[in-house]
Amino acid sequence: MGLGISILLLGLWTPEDQKRNLGYAVILALGMILAGSFLLDGSRPLYAFGRMFVLDEFALFFKRFFMVAALIVLVLSMSSARQLAGGIAEYYAFVLFALAGMMFAASVNHFALLFVSLELITVTFYVLTGYRCHRVRSLEAGIKYLIMGGLSSAFLVYGMALVYGTSGVLGFDALRDQMAALGSSRVFLAGLILILVGIAFKIAVVPFQMWTPDVYQGSPTPTAAFLAVGSKAAGFAVLLRLLFFAVPEITLKWKLGWLAVSVLTILYGSLGAIPQRNLSRLMGYSSIAHAGFLMLGLATVSQAGVAAMLFYLGAYLFSVLAVFTVLSLVMEEADVQDVDALAALNRRSPLLAMTLAVAMASLAGVPLLAGFFGKFLVIKAVVSQFPASPYYAAAMVAAGLGILASMYFYFGVIQAAFWGKPIPETDNQTIALAPPVRCAIYVCLAGMVFFGLFPGWLMHWAEQAAGIFPWR
Amino acid sequence: MSPLTYILGIPLVAAVALLFVPPTQRVTVRALAVLATFITMVFAVKLFLQFHAGAAGFQFEQEWTWVRALDIRYHVGVDGINIGLILMGALVAFAAACVSWDIRDREKEFYILLLLMTGGILGAFASLDLFFFYCFHELALVPTFIMIGVWGRGENKNYATFQITLYLSLGALVSLIGLLMLYLQAGAQSFDLVAIAAHLKQHPLPVAAQRTIFPLLLFGFGILVSLWPFHSWAPLGYSAAPTATAMLHAGVIKKFGLYGLIRIALPLMPQGAQAWVSVLAWLCLGNILYCGLVAMRQGDLNRLLGNASVAHMGFVFLGIASLNLIGLTGAVVVMVAHGLLAALTFGLSGYLYQQTRTLELGALGGLLRPMPFFGAVLVMAMLAGCGVPGFGNFVGETLVFFGAWKPFPLPTILAAWGALIIGAVFMLRAIRTMMHGPLPPTWTGLLDVKSLWRKLPFAVLLAALLGLGCFPGLLTDKIQPSAQEILKNATETAPGIPALRSR
Repeated sequence: MGLGISILLLGLWTPEDQKRNLGYAVILALGMILAGSFLLDGSRPLYAFGRMFVLDEFALFFKRFFMVAALIVLVLSMSSARQLAGGIAEYYAFVLFALAGMMFAASVNHFALLFVSLELITVTFYVLTGYRCHRVRSLEAGIKYLIMGGLSSAFLVYGMALVYGTSGVLGFDALRDQMAALGSSRVFLAGLILILVGIAFKIAVVPFQMWTPDVYQGSPTPTAAFLAVGSKAAGFAVLLRLLFFAVPEITLKWKLGWLAVSVLTILYGSLGAIPQRNLSRLMGYSSIAHAGFLMLGLATVSQAGVAAMLFYLGAYLFSVLAVFTVLSLVMEEADVQDVDALAALNRRSPLLAMTLAVAMASLAGVPLLAGFFGKFLVIKAVVSQFPASPYYAAAMVAAGLGILASMYFYFGVIQAAFWGKPIPETDNQTIALAPPVRCAIYVCLAGMVFFGLFPGWLMHWAEQAAGIFPWR
Repeated sequence: MSPLTYILGIPLVAAVALLFVPPTQRVTVRALAVLATFITMVFAVKLFLQFHAGAAGFQFEQEWTWVRALDIRYHVGVDGINIGLILMGALVAFAAACVSWDIRDREKEFYILLLLMTGGILGAFASLDLFFFYCFHELALVPTFIMIGVWGRGENKNYATFQITLYLSLGALVSLIGLLMLYLQAGAQSFDLVAIAAHLKQHPLPVAAQRTIFPLLLFGFGILVSLWPFHSWAPLGYSAAPTATAMLHAGVIKKFGLYGLIRIALPLMPQGAQAWVSVLAWLCLGNILYCGLVAMRQGDLNRLLGNASVAHMGFVFLGIASLNLIGLTGAVVVMVAHGLLAALTFGLSGYLYQQTRTLELGALGGLLRPMPFFGAVLVMAMLAGCGVPGFGNFVGETLVFFGAWKPFPLPTILAAWGALIIGAVFMLRAIRTMMHGPLPPTWTGLLDVKSLWRKLPFAVLLAALLGLGCFPGLLTDKIQPSAQEILKNATETAPGIPALRSR
């Protein structure tokens, strides 16, 4: 329960020192908290701050998720410390602030906390995206994110005002008790939609996805990694809590809406990625496509679907962080982000080439890697809804198209890394790997392979976490 | 542990072991790969000899629960249907590892992928669990794409790589959806094939569900087997693939879809099969006639062989469509025989390419003079391809025709015409242009397959093909009881659902 606060304290204490090696201390402390989280038992929900904050299996799942992500991102930022000119210690601190926001988001049980946690994440990311302030692209990314984030916050607050105006409560528990009366109130539904729009910006689903490729392209690589994994997952954590805990009836009623959003998102992301030559942009589109697959799990409105989403997120974490680790090492050296810069990577660093290939294969959904099992679970959840409505079959066709398109561009990256023609700018020097980065790569590889070969554990956690919602 | 676990495990373990061998030790890398496939082959031969024909159920079973929540089990076992396929797969894998001596670039990675393919496809044939069945196949499929991309030949290898990747991924995806629907509709809460079959015996699937799921499996698997009109990836892909990959894919991996139809679709969805076999019977004519005619017009040996291999798949489809004992037995025999044949012909064409750097039929001629061994084996293989008695293909194709005659007389006549006339025309014409006639002066220096070691892979495959042709009883006696079982399951349905009409 005190997890979030201790992280915050850690974040406050950090900027006082001004050394790069402070990163080790932060990583150590974070690792200890992560280990400590396994001592907590979430089987009976614990509440704090007047039932605003809840600690249960679902919250624990996401908290561990965010901490693993933050650990790898910290390692990543240590390795690219040279590029983060604005002061590396502050960068660590900002990562920790964002992490604190995500930890709160995992435990949201009240609209006020929802807003606070999302704002904490977003405001921190304004800084993180524009961190390389001497580069126009980074600044551009920061400003784009600022405007979009400000807009989404405005939607969020306005929606919350409408919800509060009709219901008189802000707590999720209280709201659920009032659902019978509120279900038909148009103003309430309008408020809910506005809140959803606000969250949709964070998770980058159609039609609120347009900022993603630009921001990923412009921000420093560790930020993009954290944005792709942490910020998106935090959005989903909040969304799931809101939809399945506070307003389950409406969620069920709007089934087809989720389905439509997910199909459009998958198609937009995977088709948009095909012509991309810039790797960060490509990952931006790919992250949109993955948000679509996650929404597909949500659209089934079933426990299996939500468990599949959580598994999918777990697999996505390791794969995406692996890709961004490789990107930061290869690209920041040359300061180009073109796919061609990957050429002959397997000669320059076999380990990085293999990691990239495994991560891309995992994202594309090649069996015996974690990403495949995530997709498998989502597809299984969707197929189980076939008898319920023919629209699920149609959605499956669209998702299949998305998977095929994604095969094309993911394998295109592998192709570039293994048998692309080297361009003259990239010298064929081997890439040196610092021990911590090597560790991060091994962790990502192990995560992708282990959860692919033995998905039982992660599935168990995911099902436990999904089990907290009132399924009928 | 079941010998099946060794058969599929040894190549996979060897692949992991190869990771730790330094790439400079080329001899070790090669020796390890050949040794692993050799041991696998020995195990497979032993398994084949120990197999007890006619015993009920599966033999050499092993079971281990993998994911309890979904009841996914590592469950392997053999019956008459897959015993021949496993033997064939192991033989082809050994031959493929032997002929890969011409790979000089990144040898280590090549052999790792080759071993992954071998373990994957043998695992797919041995699996009795839907999830592992699918996963093992994908494990074999993905290396194929990489191998074509890295070690492939020809100008349009990139195009071929993407085409084969997208096409086969689509097929795999469609069949995955079909398998998932089957799992959910069956309601057995298990991915285990035996458990599902037992459950469906008590509660058969509704006919409407069968009729929706069956085509998903038919076309999903059909794409993987190059069912006409989804075949266009095959000739192009095989002509761009390195020798060993073409051997393993055309010979072994392509049989996966057919095996899936026989193992899963027929026994579990008899009414679905009823409704769709007539479509299949006509589509397979597309393979036999259309692709046969296309093969006649090819000027490149590998494209000709690729089209011929697509055409031969038509006989298996016809045998499956017949839905009777003779036809189904014939289909399995063709699968085994064609696996050996396809591997043999692609192995030979790979050797020729390595010598001449061209496979243009117009540029070749009189090759029997400088290369007697090579020429003799190729002529025999091509004769086997047009269905000459004495080779395994003859046995299988004849059985298929006998089986299919009653339900589908017209397609059978056309198919027989395709086999005897079209097949003979393109095969014999290729023999004439390549083997006979004057020897162009450029090719006087060609070397025949010299050492015993180089001859071995071809000899093994040819011997198996001849053995199957001369003693078909070795295989058919094993297939028959299992095929009977599958057809019995299909006809023995619960009251209220019309039984399969006897043919």
